Amino acid sequence: MSVPRVWQRFTLAERIARAILYVCVVIAVVWSIRTIEVIPEFLYDAPEQTADLFSRMWPFDWAFYPKAIHAALIETFHIATLGTLIAIVLALPLSFLAARNFVSNPLLNFVAQFIFVASRSVNSLIWALLFVAIFGPGALSGVLSIAFRSIGFVGKLFGEALEEAQVGPIEALTAAGAPRSMLLVKGYWPQVEPAFWSIALLRWDINIRESAVLGLVGAGGIGVALDAAMNNLYWDQVGLILAVIFAVVIVTEIVTSSIRSRIL
Amino acid sequence: MTRAETGASLLSIRHLRKEYRPGQPVLKDVSLDFPSVGVTAIIGPSGTGKSTLIRCVNRLVTPTSGEILFEGQDMAKLSGSTLRLMRRRIGMVFQEYNLVDRLSVIENVLCGRLGYVAPWRAFMRRFPPEDIARAFDLIDAVGLSEEFATRRADALSGGQRQRVGIARAIMQQPALVLADEPTSSLDPKTSVEIMELLAEISTSRGVPIIVNIHNVELAKRFATRIIGMTGGAVVYDGPPGGLETAHLHQIYGGEDFL
Repeated sequence: MSVPRVWQRFTLAERIARAILYVCVVIAVVWSIRTIEVIPEFLYDAPEQTADLFSRMWPFDWAFYPKAIHAALIETFHIATLGTLIAIVLALPLSFLAARNFVSNPLLNFVAQFIFVASRSVNSLIWALLFVAIFGPGALSGVLSIAFRSIGFVGKLFGEALEEAQVGPIEALTAAGAPRSMLLVKGYWPQVEPAFWSIALLRWDINIRESAVLGLVGAGGIGVALDAAMNNLYWDQVGLILAVIFAVVIVTEIVTSSIRSRIL
Repeated sequence: MTRAETGASLLSIRHLRKEYRPGQPVLKDVSLDFPSVGVTAIIGPSGTGKSTLIRCVNRLVTPTSGEILFEGQDMAKLSGSTLRLMRRRIGMVFQEYNLVDRLSVIENVLCGRLGYVAPWRAFMRRFPPEDIARAFDLIDAVGLSEEFATRRADALSGGQRQRVGIARAIMQQPALVLADEPTSSLDPKTSVEIMELLAEISTSRGVPIIVNIHNVELAKRFATRIIGMTGGAVVYDGPPGGLETAHLHQIYGGEDFL
């Protein structure tokens, strides 16, 4: 009888490497816990504090909604929508430059991609801090920070959608003698249109959420009201604002996902 | 007597050579003449340069050296807008149809006019009425009824899509049509129908068609001239009746396929 042949998923070296990795993970976790210096009294106290916080929030100060929240909420919507629109207008031409199948100049591709990375590597709140410093507090700073953060997102994803467009139809239109502008309008655009709407809606959805917190650094919207209520310790107002933000996020989520499922 | 000596050729290919990688020619010194009538079938095994040859004609591929004289211009030397304007004179039918899936059938057919109409017209979908009338006529002529016109291209079967592809090529009012393996993605019955359609259109509209095809039976049945290629060179050029078993051995190598 022959020796039964064995099969092992990993080689010996791979198994040793994996064992070392496990040990490293455990060390990292222990080290992190020691570094963050948890204060035991505060940790044990947490459930009680949470319950206390909620009891201060409820009942909500409903009268506060028409007084201050409603206008701030509408402003938040405007910041998110206007910021998304500006981002799309600025990102679209850049994404054509970034798509290597559309523009075959490595320098232009690089410049567009560099702008996207620069835009994406800075959080909206950081952009907002910069713009508040430049333009002062208010909705303008909010709109610009949303727009600048979104350029990279929209541009990168739309540029990738362009690169994934099938070459066959483009080749056919080229063979028919279509000018470059028509390759774009009749060849690329019909192929990437669903991706475009999907990306724009997704970003708008994200921007609604992001613009809700921009007010914490003074860039307008509902975050300003939240910041003020927290500083004044009006927890019944804080609770109401958080509930309103939560409701708005749910509603935009439902709206955008239902539109997306229809266009795809 | 070769066709060059008749002096009536629409397309003259002279010493055409194409290397994708230096020193490895896919086409070695191909010279051919095409008159302005008839269906010419180019047969040969895969990877023998059939596709490269017809793509050199409308410059989807740029030849390494040689001349491609078409309507008094050397296609091999053109670039930019002169090339674009000459491409309008050559229609092309593809193996994978290459329709724009999310556009309607009639809009795909109208894409054949993109080299002619003003860009704003195409952008606004305001094609000239005579183009729209011709597009409807062509949809009929390729055997699709009017109800197909507004249907999206991706809702069609393979054979129907290829009919749209043919209508788009004819929509250019071309002096020449190139067909790159137009039946290779289709079932045998549909393949015959598509070849019948191409042959019929060539006769009725007086436009010559050069078709790459690896099905020898279809080539013999529908072509008026057969060009056999192997290893990047032409080894047979003549009427279908003259194509002997010995030629096929030379073209495809061996005899297991017979």
